[in-house]
Amino acid sequence: MADFDQELDASGLNCPLPILRAKKTLNGMESGQVLHIIATDPGSVKDFEAFANQTGNELMESKEVGGKFEFLIKKA
Amino acid sequence: MSDEKKLAIIATKGSLDWAYPPFILASTAAALGYETEIFFTFYGLQLLKRDLELEVTPLGNPGMPMPMGMDKWFPVLGLALPGMQGMMTGMMKKKMASKGVADLAELRELCQEAEVKLIACQMTVDLFELNTAEFIDGIEYAGAARFFEFAGDSDICLYI
Repeated sequence: MADFDQELDASGLNCPLPILRAKKTLNGMESGQVLHIIATDPGSVKDFEAFANQTGNELMESKEVGGKFEFLIKKA
Repeated sequence: MSDEKKLAIIATKGSLDWAYPPFILASTAAALGYETEIFFTFYGLQLLKRDLELEVTPLGNPGMPMPMGMDKWFPVLGLALPGMQGMMTGMMKKKMASKGVADLAELRELCQEAEVKLIACQMTVDLFELNTAEFIDGIEYAGAARFFEFAGDSDICLYI
């Protein structure tokens, strides 16, 4: 996995909390920095895609690792 | 920022289950960059109380999944027994917590942090003689015309 600047563990949280926490964390980051998110909500796969599409932040990676979902988002 | 998308919601219901859609949608929309307002009217005003004492009722709700297959054998009239609503509410809250569903007060706070505007219907406050001292801070009191001022320019408008 590529490098990241901050990490957010949203395991156990359900919709819409992973997105809300991610947005909050991104707010405190610089443009170009990368956030690594871990989630267990299966809905988060489509949700982070949609989040990236609508906010302009880039979804660099989305994958499932051992039943958990991991995302890399680069702040616009 | 006038090219920001806008979401206008009318929240009319004051039960635990129906309290979720307005706050989930508003907080998510705000995270996506929408300018968002919720207009609370009639029973929806319960969602603005500092102490949320919302309940869920299985009465008149055949779509509500019941614990232990109760909907198959438990008489519908039994759901009207004293204490049943409190019990169902307790079970629903437990279930929500175990599934990592957000706490309502937390969602509402996230909405306020994200500058979602919360507007209370002044007419309903007068009608039910609601004590506004019981409401959270940071809400606006206004009428239907105020809602249209924002909703008229909205991209999405929902009645919940």
